[in-house]
Amino acid sequence: MDEMPKGNPPPEPAAQPAQAEVSRRDFLARALRASGGAFALLAGGGAIASDGERYDWEAHRWAYLIDTEKCIGCGSCVRACKAENGVPDGYFRTWVERYLISPEASHVDSPNGGMDGFPPLQTAFEPTKSFFVPKLCNHCKETPCVQVCPVGASYRTKDGVVLVDGKRCIGCGYCVQACPYGSRFISPETHTAEKCTWCYHRITKGLKPACVEVCPTATRQFGDMKREDDPVRLAIAHGRVVVLQANLLTEPQAYYLGIDMEVR
Amino acid sequence: MPEITGYAFPNDIHVHWSLMIVMYPYITGFVAGSFIVTALYHLFGKNEFQPVARLSLAASFCFLLVAGLPLQLHLGHPERGLFVMITPNFTSAMAGFGILYSFYLMIVMLEVWFVWRGEIIQTARRSRGLKRAFYAALALGTYDTSPQALEIDHRAVKVLSAIGLPSACMLHGYVGFIFGGIKANPWWSTPLMPVIFLCSAAVSGIALLILVYQVTAKLGRRVIQADTVSAMARWLWFFLIITVTLELLEIIMLAYENSEEWHIISPLLTTRLQFSFISMQMIIGSLIPFILLFIVTVMNRYLHEKVRNTLTVMASLLLLLQVFSMRWNVVIGGQLLSKSFRGLRSAYEPHLFEREGILVAIVLFVLPFVILYVFDRLLPIEAPPGAHAPDPHGDAPPAAGVSPAA
Ligand code: SF4
Ligand code: SF4
Repeated sequence: MDEMPKGNPPPEPAAQPAQAEVSRRDFLARALRASGGAFALLAGGGAIASDGERYDWEAHRWAYLIDTEKCIGCGSCVRACKAENGVPDGYFRTWVERYLISPEASHVDSPNGGMDGFPPLQTAFEPTKSFFVPKLCNHCKETPCVQVCPVGASYRTKDGVVLVDGKRCIGCGYCVQACPYGSRFISPETHTAEKCTWCYHRITKGLKPACVEVCPTATRQFGDMKREDDPVRLAIAHGRVVVLQANLLTEPQAYYLGIDMEVR
Repeated sequence: MPEITGYAFPNDIHVHWSLMIVMYPYITGFVAGSFIVTALYHLFGKNEFQPVARLSLAASFCFLLVAGLPLQLHLGHPERGLFVMITPNFTSAMAGFGILYSFYLMIVMLEVWFVWRGEIIQTARRSRGLKRAFYAALALGTYDTSPQALEIDHRAVKVLSAIGLPSACMLHGYVGFIFGGIKANPWWSTPLMPVIFLCSAAVSGIALLILVYQVTAKLGRRVIQADTVSAMARWLWFFLIITVTLELLEIIMLAYENSEEWHIISPLLTTRLQFSFISMQMIIGSLIPFILLFIVTVMNRYLHEKVRNTLTVMASLLLLLQVFSMRWNVVIGGQLLSKSFRGLRSAYEPHLFEREGILVAIVLFVLPFVILYVFDRLLPIEAPPGAHAPDPHGDAPPAAGVSPAA
């Protein structure tokens, strides 16, 4: 996958996209707000000093591509996600599934979300094919989780990322029930809904999501649909990709290559 | 850690909607069900319900006051609960709660006021000091108890019942919609869900009133009106039949279509929910009360009063269990299956002492009765002997046979 455009701006407080439209000249007000704590915290503290180019969320539309043929089930992505986002034990923003399939039977597992890799496994049947499938929030376009949020704490940004505003979320858990992919959970620490953000704090600084960064086989790829020559865009535009549970018409923005019908 | 059979998505092993979310539809069910009983009298002129009309209105009100509590208790951030009312996101089914709840509360409070207005004024006139001030305040500044004014009260009650009935149905149907509208969950996602919730609300409401009516009558040494009991039993039977038919229809459809969902729902019902669904909801909670109420309804004339009362009380108790199991099976059952459609988690067992635990649930169930008791102290639910019993139909004076003996 390509690097981000060269001219991409230095760090910018973007963890709160709802605020991204604030005038750049209004530096004092922003610094005040940032020192109010939350934004500075989410943006890794870079917010106060930065007066560089603003991240323009109209200029991007992010998409994710998972080439399952390449996945070796090492679990680096799951560990990286946990480290990057402080995911509580026993909960997952991303995980890896292992499929062992024969024409007669199938077995699926994901021990500890694949975090520690996959121990060898004996099945009662003779698998004729096996593969790994990394999973994460699909950042659906027609997203049921945003639809059901009673207070609008879950929202979809203009650059196509589904986020939760942890300061508005009342922790009702409706979105957790509504997500068909099991991508959300109520964090036992914050008592609010949490999920994959495609590392929004990174992508708005021109970096890739942590899982994509560490994937040794380039199974996980991240790209910008608004860039004509983006490899992910090209793969989605020209390749035969599928999305998970397409019948539900949630229009996922995480696309899969080489997936089997056993995968939901 | 819960045990998983098959494969569940790793985040799907938590039951986020706990016992409190079971209590929520259970309690709103009583709200709607009781109101249906008042409406049967005030709106549809079922005079047999006259002895329980005031009781059911009061019960609906008292349960309504508690209905929001389980939700509040369940939130990860209860202090933000009001956001649902202040900044609702209207694409969410849940966002309507604030509006529906407030509207219905207003209607019920108004109706309570109109029903008890005459007595409030009389009490104010009879008493002095603080008590007088209290009742005078309740009277809201109008002291007109002329026959014309009372007549207007009756008409107001009728209009309010007419508005209240659909509101109560909306309030509860909407609870069903919260589940029915989740396409991600095959055990919830069906347009039948609101209807099932509504019918079972009627069941739980009538069952509860049968119990409360008989218990309070016994305690107050009043005569239990035979035709009231048999009329309630009849309606209970009717709603039970509709409810169970719908509940079974939903499952039979899934099974007959042999849909993808059925492959996970069938093991769910026969393993994880075997006790709560098959034994409790269907056999103990539905089949047995069906037979008991069948006897009461069909052989009514031959039954001794004691037998009739005992049978209806037994059926009502079982039906309260049935409806609770139904709420449990929907809310909890839906979370035992993973959206991978490949795995089931082990049963969810709430703890005794926790914010969303068993003790709190019991308190939530008892609380409305405490409120009802206080209500009765302030506004006696039994109409005082000789007082003008509200007659919804204007013309006839209250039939001597139906007014409760003192
Ligand atoms: S995968 Fe789930 S959490 Fe992510 S956008 Fe879709 S519905 Fe929402
Ligand atoms: S848990 Fe939070 S984000 Fe999810 S629906 Fe409830 S309020 Fe919205």
